[in-house]
Amino acid sequence: MAEPKTKYDRQLRIWGEQGQAALEKASICLLNCGPTGSETLKNLVLGGVGSITIVDGSKVEFGDLGNNFMVDDSSLGQSKAKCVCSFLQELNDAVKAKFIEEHPEALIDTNPSFFSQFTLVVATQLVEEAMVKLDRICRQENVMLIFARSYGLTGLVRISMKEHTVIESKPDHFLDDLRLNNPWPELRGFSQAIDLNVQDPVAHKHIPYVVILVKMVDEWKISHGGTLPSTREEKREFKELLKSRMAAMDEENYKEAIDASFKVFTPQGISSDLQQIINDNCAEIGTGSSDFWVMVAALKEFIANEGGGEVPLEGSIPDMTSSTEHYVNLQKIYQTKSEADYHVIEERVRNILKKIGRDPHSIPKATIKSFCKNARKLKVCRYRSIEEEYNNPSLTELQKYLTDEDYSVSVVFYILLRAVDRYAANFNHFPGQFDGGLDEDISRLKTTAVCLLNDMGCTGLTLTEDLINEMCRFGAAELHAVAAVIGGIASQEVIKLITKQFVPMCGTFIFNAIDHKSQLLTL
Amino acid sequence: MADAAPPSKSRDLDKLLLRPGNLVGPTFDPGVQLRDDLQEYARVLVVGAGGLGCELLKDLALSGFKNLEVIDMDRIEVTNLNRQFLFRLEDVGKPKAEVAAKRVMERISGVNIVPHFCRIEDKDIRFYNDFNIIALGLDSIEARSYINAVACSFLEYDSDDNPQEETMKPMVDGGTEGFKGHARVIVPGVTPCFECTIWLFPPQVKFPLCTLAETPRNAAHCIEYAHLIKWDEVHSGKAFDPDNPDHMKWVYDEAVKRAELFGIPGVTYSLTQGVVKNIIPAIASTNAIISAACTLETLKIASGCSKTLSNYLTYNGVEGLHTKVTEFVKDENCLVCGPGVLIELDTTVTLEKFIDLLGEHPKLLMTKASITYRGKNLYMQAPPVLEEMTRSNLEVPLYDLMDKIPKDVLHATGTIDKDGKRSSGLRKLRVVFKGIDGVTDMDMAGGA
Repeated sequence: MAEPKTKYDRQLRIWGEQGQAALEKASICLLNCGPTGSETLKNLVLGGVGSITIVDGSKVEFGDLGNNFMVDDSSLGQSKAKCVCSFLQELNDAVKAKFIEEHPEALIDTNPSFFSQFTLVVATQLVEEAMVKLDRICRQENVMLIFARSYGLTGLVRISMKEHTVIESKPDHFLDDLRLNNPWPELRGFSQAIDLNVQDPVAHKHIPYVVILVKMVDEWKISHGGTLPSTREEKREFKELLKSRMAAMDEENYKEAIDASFKVFTPQGISSDLQQIINDNCAEIGTGSSDFWVMVAALKEFIANEGGGEVPLEGSIPDMTSSTEHYVNLQKIYQTKSEADYHVIEERVRNILKKIGRDPHSIPKATIKSFCKNARKLKVCRYRSIEEEYNNPSLTELQKYLTDEDYSVSVVFYILLRAVDRYAANFNHFPGQFDGGLDEDISRLKTTAVCLLNDMGCTGLTLTEDLINEMCRFGAAELHAVAAVIGGIASQEVIKLITKQFVPMCGTFIFNAIDHKSQLLTL
Repeated sequence: MADAAPPSKSRDLDKLLLRPGNLVGPTFDPGVQLRDDLQEYARVLVVGAGGLGCELLKDLALSGFKNLEVIDMDRIEVTNLNRQFLFRLEDVGKPKAEVAAKRVMERISGVNIVPHFCRIEDKDIRFYNDFNIIALGLDSIEARSYINAVACSFLEYDSDDNPQEETMKPMVDGGTEGFKGHARVIVPGVTPCFECTIWLFPPQVKFPLCTLAETPRNAAHCIEYAHLIKWDEVHSGKAFDPDNPDHMKWVYDEAVKRAELFGIPGVTYSLTQGVVKNIIPAIASTNAIISAACTLETLKIASGCSKTLSNYLTYNGVEGLHTKVTEFVKDENCLVCGPGVLIELDTTVTLEKFIDLLGEHPKLLMTKASITYRGKNLYMQAPPVLEEMTRSNLEVPLYDLMDKIPKDVLHATGTIDKDGKRSSGLRKLRVVFKGIDGVTDMDMAGGA
């Protein structure tokens, strides 16, 4: 067997060994293994997920050979779950692959406790009634759930779970935590010891910009009654001031200081996103609180006390022009402060745990450390239940989408994806599923969609005929390429949920393969 | 009552190809004929059999295409296996194109895939003209640039500088990095070509040598010092080979020593490989999404069964999920997809003199040029056999070599000097001979 580290090298660079370990522990259940389901699992099996269980009661038909890569001519007439399972197993022998030949709807109705054994359920091509039931079950059992559906040139992906909290959200662009306008004593002391007017030109052009800015802010404050540059004019003046201190035009460190001067102007204190998290009801800790919320409570205390309105220092600094010595020393100053802040938080976490009757050491140091480092980037995602959304969608959002040109196609597909399920419940087939009577199907779908809109509380709206026609033309087709997009997105969200890294999508993703103007709808 | 349709492998695709619709392409002509023509006549070339290429082959084969070819010069490595799903551990070391073609044909009956295990430059440009659509699954800017130039070289303009539709060679192009990716449609003459929007791919930032030599501050600096400076100092004349594990280990050990010397943390073997080979992280899901989007566009271009992407889709799954469609505009003066670089010549100019002129032309700066005219090699720099065969043309006036046609398009392949960086490239040249009837009109227009 290949060294797993080598095999997974390209993804370990994204989610690290911890993320990989979480994947390898996860057990995934797939409902229905048409192309949407097969493609979702393919991507997860390749990545080395722990185990998969495929639930599908159908036999492989001729048409399946034209849209699913995980069956072949020899599969005809056999259990689809079995065939897909064995082809998926070929992709990675480290994955435990199982199948159950049963219709998911039957399982949902007769054996709801079946789902509690899984980390996450991927439910593909389910109709509304089954979705609502399954959602209820998974919420009760605390099993993560993702719905994925391909339908002609559209489709949807929707995560459903009560709450997902993320420490390592790993945003692409995030402001460094440098505290330039609010230096702690050690940083100020270090900066003061460096002479900006040093005569040696080599030394002058190797003063790190952090030091330049800390010192120049102090200088500015002295001549401006203790205030920071705030107006546009003042900011410009501050940059001019920096420029005037350059000893030569090619001093990279001063150019960096000018480019980074906006970091001086950013307000102190925490972001509104973080404010919202520490004000969340869940930050009031009880015996049932998760580790995440225990740490948020500790963070809240820290901000109000030792932090003086700030979170624990992140502790890392970006690369900048500098002598090695200055840079390494500066790094140590940031790390030391970060370490000290961490110890305060750790102490507070232990105390909170004690207070709620838990083992004070039940949250590992490494977790608390990571929490401190990422305190500014915490994310909380909450998802309405399918039942709530379907019975009581946000009318203001719905109206907004219906009148916004960017959303106009996606929101109609959202409504039509629901309407076809109602249609199927009434007529026992999807509109346009068979070749005869297309015109009748179109008018019936239109009536169904209007009724649905009325039930949702949206009256007097018309849906574009073109999209209703398209929906009937699609005739519930599961096209391979659309399934590969939907399955690809679903698997990417699965990875984010299981590794607890990056931020999963919120709302319902509506895929629009006509012009690719897809949208996320929060209803 | 529903008709009992006979079982068909294209059960799902038929809905799209056999039924009329309102949101479709202008040429859409639904019916059995369309489906059959797609199977019989549509020829698609997949460039690259890596993360995107494997997906593209599977997706195209399950989207009604039966005549596919794939070109890739690489062999399978262990690090491919987390996403390149057509390959198994026992395939390591075999050519990607060959294994990928074989696996898809084994799984899907009736599909024919011809593999080409070679560099894209090894193929005559006529090879590329044989396909209706070219799908790109590449990870380098240079390779994209090359194929783009080849596809654009087929484009012809009429005398009013309008692109001629029957000479357009459409491309779909995908790219991914981690949770992010893009898919785009390039129709030369209609949409921007790869070169029109080359700024979308900014060059990689390199560390200044003085930082590496004098003031290293992080692990990457120490690694690049060992890789770019120390290696040459110690191994005089021996080239560094990133695929040689002994070489990589040596760089790693040196980087560790340097990091210790300066008190810098963070040098690992994995990071060393990442920095030296400039590894781009890659996962199955993003490749699947992007390739499938490219396949949908390929199907739409070939069949007209829906509107097309216009013309650039970005996908970002890092924070939530963001997709965006941007309609870029083409650069009318683009050297690659535009009407071409106009070169006015006397009828006496020999091919050799003409090749020299290309090196001096400010819009070209092309040296070591090979010249083709209407698919015929006028002069080839390599291989030696062809060079010898075409050498005698060098003394012949170009006018004669072009059958005394007063104005026409030539293609030149050679080394292009762009901002001090050399790369191989293909350029379109519109040659006009001075003092010939019919050309005076153009001069008048230019002067008016």
